Amino acid sequence: MSASKTNPAPNPTPPRTPLPSQVVKEDEPVLVAAAKAGDISAFETLVGRYESKIFRLAQNITQNKEDAEDVMQEAFLKAYEHLDGFQGNSRFYTWLVRIAVNQALMKLRKRRPNQVSIDEEIDTGEELIPREIEDWGPSPEDRYKQTELSEILNGVISDLEPPFRIVFQLRDIEQLSTEETAEALGLSVPAVKSRLLRARLKLRQKLDRYFKRSENK
Amino acid sequence: MNCKTIVVELENYLDQDLDADLRASIELHLVKCKKCKLIVDTTKKTIEIYCNADPAPLSQDTRNRLHDALVKHLRRARA
Repeated sequence: MSASKTNPAPNPTPPRTPLPSQVVKEDEPVLVAAAKAGDISAFETLVGRYESKIFRLAQNITQNKEDAEDVMQEAFLKAYEHLDGFQGNSRFYTWLVRIAVNQALMKLRKRRPNQVSIDEEIDTGEELIPREIEDWGPSPEDRYKQTELSEILNGVISDLEPPFRIVFQLRDIEQLSTEETAEALGLSVPAVKSRLLRARLKLRQKLDRYFKRSENK
Repeated sequence: MNCKTIVVELENYLDQDLDADLRASIELHLVKCKKCKLIVDTTKKTIEIYCNADPAPLSQDTRNRLHDALVKHLRRARA
């Protein structure tokens, strides 16, 4: 396509919207304060709110249901135990995610001590520009039933190597900021950005076979 | 601006972490290059689909085990 005379003027940089990890549900500080004061039902409310997300996070890191369940339990127990140390500088959920990530990484390293470490430098030597680019259309996910889509998404992300999978999980699924992700994983911000770019491109490539227009179901 | 720069800056572009000039150059390139536009759109969609996917609810058994572990821990902490 050649440059057209009717090219729209480039938009000014849009204002950055706050990440969900920075948006605190109104009652969260109240629940945390109540839990700190010994109100067990307040802590149970927080557990109920985040249990499935923490389980998914743990499962995506460990790739094992039993380990994920252990990690989830350990994360909530540790959170309760150390609640007094939660200063409220970040969202409670972000703090909880960091605890769960630590537990999950410990589990992963114990189970697979020889596998690539999350903080190891990775030189993939890959060409970043995708070769085959297909149009997906506006809502490719609507072609699949919810359970089918979940299977596709889980299958595709589990194929990613841990350093990419975990960064994508924290940054794009849990919606932590780049800095929060770097801190949680003990990585530099440029390392997070580099892994995230590769993770996003790899996932895009893997999803292509399910979402390209020519694969109409 | 070329296709390689678009991919290198893709992460910053999608996260709105670029200065206005570079962003404007990228957007101008995207109007002209169908391939890059598709890379940007499908990568954006990839993030969106994962971001919007709700986690599966825990099974009742898993939830019960979590609850039991918490109760056990609390009893021990109080003793």
